[in-house]
Amino acid sequence: MTASDTVLSVAHLRKNYGQTVAVDDVSFGVNRNEIVGLLGPNGAGKTTTINMILGVLEPTGGSIRIDGFDVAGQRRQALSRTNFAAVYAPLPGNLTVEQNLRVFGLIYCVKNLEQRIRELLAQFDLERFRRTKCGVLSSGEQTRVGLAKAMLNRPRLLLLDEPTASLDPATAHDVRAMIRRFAGEGECASLWTSHNMYEVEEVCDRVLFLSRGRILLEGDPKTLPREHGRATLEELFIAIAREPLALER
Amino acid sequence: MTVISARRTGALLLRQYYLIRGSVARLVPLFIWVTIDMVLWGFITKYLNTISGAGIDFVPRLLGAVLLWDFFTRVMQGVTLAFFEDVWSRNFLNLFASPLSIAEYVTGLMLSTIATSAIGLVVMLVLAVVVFGLSFFAFGIALLPFLLTLFLFGIALGIVACAMVLRLGPAAEWFVWPIPGLISPFVGVFYPLSTLPRWMQWVGYTMPPTYVFEGMRAIVAGGQGSGPLLLWSVILATAYLGAAGWLFARVYRHAVRTGLITRYSAETLT
Repeated sequence: MTASDTVLSVAHLRKNYGQTVAVDDVSFGVNRNEIVGLLGPNGAGKTTTINMILGVLEPTGGSIRIDGFDVAGQRRQALSRTNFAAVYAPLPGNLTVEQNLRVFGLIYCVKNLEQRIRELLAQFDLERFRRTKCGVLSSGEQTRVGLAKAMLNRPRLLLLDEPTASLDPATAHDVRAMIRRFAGEGECASLWTSHNMYEVEEVCDRVLFLSRGRILLEGDPKTLPREHGRATLEELFIAIAREPLALER
Repeated sequence: MTVISARRTGALLLRQYYLIRGSVARLVPLFIWVTIDMVLWGFITKYLNTISGAGIDFVPRLLGAVLLWDFFTRVMQGVTLAFFEDVWSRNFLNLFASPLSIAEYVTGLMLSTIATSAIGLVVMLVLAVVVFGLSFFAFGIALLPFLLTLFLFGIALGIVACAMVLRLGPAAEWFVWPIPGLISPFVGVFYPLSTLPRWMQWVGYTMPPTYVFEGMRAIVAGGQGSGPLLLWSVILATAYLGAAGWLFARVYRHAVRTGLITRYSAETLT
């Protein structure tokens, strides 16, 4: 793997809130065409890490580079190559699906915007909701709109914070397939958080286990459990949540 | 040097257009309050003209003052309302995790208020001139610095109000609405500054609208507005605008450093 393959490079990332250390010397990379799962119990530091990558939370220390651009010093270049979807960041409910995509398409300076909107509406099965206000959509439909927005600018780095949390199993399956297809066809690197270990095993090429702000384990989700004496990824997750010190790398 | 993208600032203007177009609750307030003010003060001035008997025409003195003050208020509220749309729809994360810069965001708010306050100004002018006979253009060329000063200061105060809400949380919205009422006694909207106690006059001299209303009264009294003072009012308003932009950027940086942006609705500042 060469340096040009690395889309996201996080080095010695740290975030303190007063005396509380939320993220402690975290370093990792995500390569193109790779989906990396960021796993860990609630409060482990996953969302804090994602917020720092997105430039909405200033790290106490360390550096983040997206496609070679430093998020702190070259924010615009870094974030124009990035996009995200998170269940806690829905698009404004008082705008229609099409209006939201157009507004954010302009913000991300998407070329051939109208064509891109048409493609995404078709891809995420949103054509019939084109003129529907996002606020009246079901949570699953809103998730699909959020994912469409996340792919508007064909990002080099896609951050997905529990993207299927509110979806039924069938829709979640379809959405996973869409994201995998998107990640596979372009030059995109994806960082994915989820509490659904079945999903992580299906989707992610590599996982990072975070606990108390530190990366405890890293590896292939299909082989990692056995390497640590557990039958499944879920069992490994539970072990990390309950006895993180026993598994520290 | 910060480069402002027309597409990104235009996106915020477009968002505001969509919201106003799709909502009577947003469209009507653009002109209803100024209409009420014009009608109410129009008749009050007519009544005062009939009972004063001193040959004083209250229309330009009071109705002109109300019109200019309402314009200033609408400009300020245009900025804050565009900002509140992001507060109400919890849109900060989507916006600030994008390539949109703070300068572009604030410029977008300014563009929004140009559009919305222009609607209010046109409605007020039509009512004041056509219905109540205000000869607004009697102010002559001074009208331009009058409007420019009030516009710039209205934007500056709107940005300060946004910074305050960003810093204190969504509930601080209720601090914003009384701001014009709070400063109106000091800037002499309806009376000469000499009416006020000395300390209030000094406070008034620090605020650009003071020079607008003093100038307006001088013209109505048959004199001329002081050119240097009007120029000073524009310079002062521009300085306030620069300071307001600096303040907003500083508050934003604090919000990013402390994580306030990411958990804004929690109102972590107590």
